[in-house]
Order: sequence, then C-alpha cells, then structure tokens
Amino acid sequence: MSSMHAEPPAYHAPTWLDTLAAWLLALLWILPLVYAVWTAFHPSAYATRFELLAPLTLENFARAWQAAPFARYFLNTAALVLMILAVQLVLATLAAYAFARYEFRGRNVAFALVLVQLMVMPDILVVENYKTMARLGLVDTLAGIGLPYFASAFAIFLLRQTFLGVPKELDEAARVEGASPLQILWRVYVPLARPVYTAFALVSVSFHWNNFLWPLIVTNSIQARPLTVGLQVFSSVDQGVDWSIITAATLMTSAPLLLAFLLFQRQFVQSFMRAGIK
Amino acid sequence: MRTRAVHAWLMLLPAMLLLVAFTHWPALSTFVDSFHSTAKAGRPSVWVGLENYQVMLEDPVFWKAVRNNLLFATATIPASIGLALAMALWVNERIAGRAFLRMAYFTPTVLPMIAVANIWLFFYTPQYGLLERLTGLLGLPAHNWLGSPSTALAAVTAVAIWKEAGFFMIFYLAALQSLNPSLREAAAIEGASRGYFFRRVLWPLLMPTTLFVLINACINAFRMVDHLFVLTRGGPDNASILLLYHLYEVGFSFWDTGYASAITVVLVVLLAGIALFQFFVLDRRVHYQ
Repeated sequence: MSSMHAEPPAYHAPTWLDTLAAWLLALLWILPLVYAVWTAFHPSAYATRFELLAPLTLENFARAWQAAPFARYFLNTAALVLMILAVQLVLATLAAYAFARYEFRGRNVAFALVLVQLMVMPDILVVENYKTMARLGLVDTLAGIGLPYFASAFAIFLLRQTFLGVPKELDEAARVEGASPLQILWRVYVPLARPVYTAFALVSVSFHWNNFLWPLIVTNSIQARPLTVGLQVFSSVDQGVDWSIITAATLMTSAPLLLAFLLFQRQFVQSFMRAGIK
Repeated sequence: MRTRAVHAWLMLLPAMLLLVAFTHWPALSTFVDSFHSTAKAGRPSVWVGLENYQVMLEDPVFWKAVRNNLLFATATIPASIGLALAMALWVNERIAGRAFLRMAYFTPTVLPMIAVANIWLFFYTPQYGLLERLTGLLGLPAHNWLGSPSTALAAVTAVAIWKEAGFFMIFYLAALQSLNPSLREAAAIEGASRGYFFRRVLWPLLMPTTLFVLINACINAFRMVDHLFVLTRGGPDNASILLLYHLYEVGFSFWDTGYASAITVVLVVLLAGIALFQFFVLDRRVHYQ
C-alpha cells in the first residue's frame, strides 16, 4: 500500500512502481495454480522439474478418473447444486413478493426472523441439523445435504429489494386486466428481476459446488457424496497415490466452475458485485 | 384485506417453515442441549446445568482454538482488506495487462477451498514443494511449514488471505466505478497529491464498502475451516486448530454432542454479536451515500 503515498503527484496514470507491484502480486496469486496445471499435465517425473520441453500428458487425469468414482461425484454435485438452486429460487420469489407487496400483521417480525439466518448460518448449526437429518432418515442423501439451504435469507432479501423497486403502476395495470397475484408475480416481477436471478444463481451455484463441511458430516458413502468430499476422501487415503494424480483430480473437480468463470468473467464479477451491494 | 393477508402467509409459509426447522429451532435446541449430557447407549441425556461449559473452560484445546482463531482473524481481516483495496485501485486504472491482473486476483475465489488446499499442500510440501525450492534457491534452510507448530497457523492463514482478497476486491471495484469522475478532475485542478486524494476523498467515500467487507471478513474468520481438513487437521499438536474445526472434532469425531452444543452456542453468540454490532453501531455512524 505504501506505493500509493509515493510521489510524484501524477495520479492519473499508474507509475511504473504500481505496475510492477500489481504484476508481482498477480504472479504470486496465480503461481500456485500454474504450478498445479504444470504438475497435472506432465508425467510425475516432471512434477517438480521444470523443463520447457517436458512431454505433455493427460494420463494423470485418466488415472485419477479411474482411481475413484468421480463420475458419480460429478453427478451428485450437479444434481445437488441444481436442486438447491431451483428450490431456493421458487421459495425466495414467493416470500420476497409477500414481503414487498403485501401488508399483513407480523410482517416486520417475520422479516426479522428471516434475517436471523444471515448471521446464524446453517454452517454453524451442524450438530443439531445432523440430529434432525438422522431423525428424518435423510443422512447420506442429497436431500439431507440440501435441506438446510433451501430457504435462503440472502435470496429473499435480495429479491425483496428488487421487487420493491418495481413501479406499483405495472402491478395495478395487470390487476385491472384480471391477472391473479401469482400471474402478476410471474409476468411482471420475475422478468424485471432477471439480472438479480442470474446474479444469485451464480453465487449460489459456486457456493454449493464448493461447500464442504456440512456435506462431509452428513454423507458417508459415494451414494450422496459431492465432489469436494470425494476429492478429500480420495486425496487423504493417499499412501502410494502420487502428487500428479491428486493435482489432476483437484483441477478436474474445479474445472467446470473455473472454465465457466474464464468464459463468463464479466458476468461472474458483475454478479458477485450485484449480490454484495445492498 | 383478510384474503390478501392469507395469500401473503401462504406464500411465506414454505420458506418460513424451512427457516424455523433448520435455523431457529436448531439454534434454540443447541442452547438447551448445551445444558444436557450427551446421550450414550443405555444412558439418556440428562440435565447437567453448566457442566458442559465447565468442561469447555477447562479444555486446553478450546482455549488454543480461541487464541488461534483470534490470531487468524487479526491476520486475515486487515491483510485481505488491504490487499483487496490495493488490487481494486490498480485494476480500476488503465494499467498494463489489466484484464490479466483482474483474472489472476479473482480466480482463487471461484475454486473450492478443498481444491485450493490440495494445491497449497503441494506448494508447502517439504523438500520438493515449490516453496522449499524457492527458499532453497535463496540459500535458506529447509523448513516444514505445515509440520512445525511455529509456522502451521501462519501457513493456513496465508491460504485464507489468498482465497479472500480477490473476492473483496470486487466490492471495492464496484464502489470505485460508481464514484463521480469529476471528483478526480477537481482534485487534479487543485493539484492535490495522490496520497492526499486517497486519504481525503477516496477512503472516506469507500467507507461503506470497507464496513461491508469488514463484516464479511469477520464472519469468514470464524467460518473458514475447510482448508484445515487437508493442510494440517488442526495440528501439529493443535497448533493450527480453529473453533469450528474443534466443534467438528468434538461433535463428529468424539461424538460428544453436549459439549459440541456448548461450543456452538459460543460461535453463535460471536457471530450474532458481530452482526448486531454492525447493525446498531456501524450502520448508524456511516452515511455517505
């Protein structure tokens, strides 16, 4: 940060010092990843030997794929992430509409109760939620992983803010034409909030693709285990598994999100921005 | 009017039921359970008063986790916010390779923490890890970064900062882009130095963003433990253990749910405290926008 207080006073263009510092930091930031890519795409003999002409290979990926049921893990994660997102969107849309456009007794108390989840997240209440899942017989199921996240205070909050910004006249015009409340919601509010839905969807998908602690606790077989837990199980029984394969597995599990991010960088960044700014 | 109220409640109902079932009820029953013993085969759980809290106070690992977590928080919060601000200020300018820089800073954010930890584990590996090779080139002695009690916590802290800074950069970048460009022109006409412009104009205008990021960083400091599962498992000798990881061990390795409930209560109180502090103290003081 010291470079910011440096002379000269020409603050319109970054100085060469800024450029140097920014690049050093960026290289430092990308280094572990570049290292991982190097290791994954070269034979293990070259894992720590950096030679420009080292032969490239996909064999590490093939061996990782065969060494653990990654296909099943991918399927589990994809199903989990889509299921959570779909339920979250439906429930949050209905709740946000009620909060934004209806007057009813207990509205403020109910909204405060929703906001409680922003500070007491499901990630912390794992002991009690595990007991609940055991009682419901949902241990080691995708539903068991997803249930605590189905009602998202964050989504309700975000959509309520958006719905409040929709002009009431549109709402009334639709009602005069005889549309029911749910039709109004579907035809007026939802289309207008599309960018917010995209933003929330990206944030939700990357959160649940990456989520680890709760899925680790509530799953115990490949039946429901998502990628993150599968990767951890795979790389912790390593004895004999070499680094090149672990790194290949690591890149493989992150690849869909990473590729999506590299292709849709602008949307990702804007979505995270939109989701963070109230 | 009555039917509209009924409609509203019907729309709220599914979300409310799930929130009650998986947030409010578990929060309350954790509190109740923290005053009960852990049920074991043939011995149901009974009221034990403050015994679980007594156990907690006498548990050296708990205190180690508290101490580590405070150190972890005091290192990750300012470092990730400071770096995020610097990154945003750079990327907001017409700097050489801007798109690459932004991508490099933000990429760690989209990767799963578990995957990130695997990569860093290799990075830290003694003898052939990249870090060892770099320090070796500089002629420094070999060091087991994750295996020594003196550096394990610092090593896991560095990973957390690396993961978080780019995420917070986004919020600063959004704030910087929404600033009025004439502020800068005015400062240029006045001949204000760059440091002065930052201190007197940018920093105060960015204050709401800083607070938002600060609260998130505080919450994350008590929530981010995934990397411990791969890097150190809280070790060696609990040198890098954090509160939530300790909770996991007590609850799901030792299956002492009574004591685990007491630790959960401590975490909930901590997080609720942070949120209430933001709501009642910070939000009332900051009004720039």
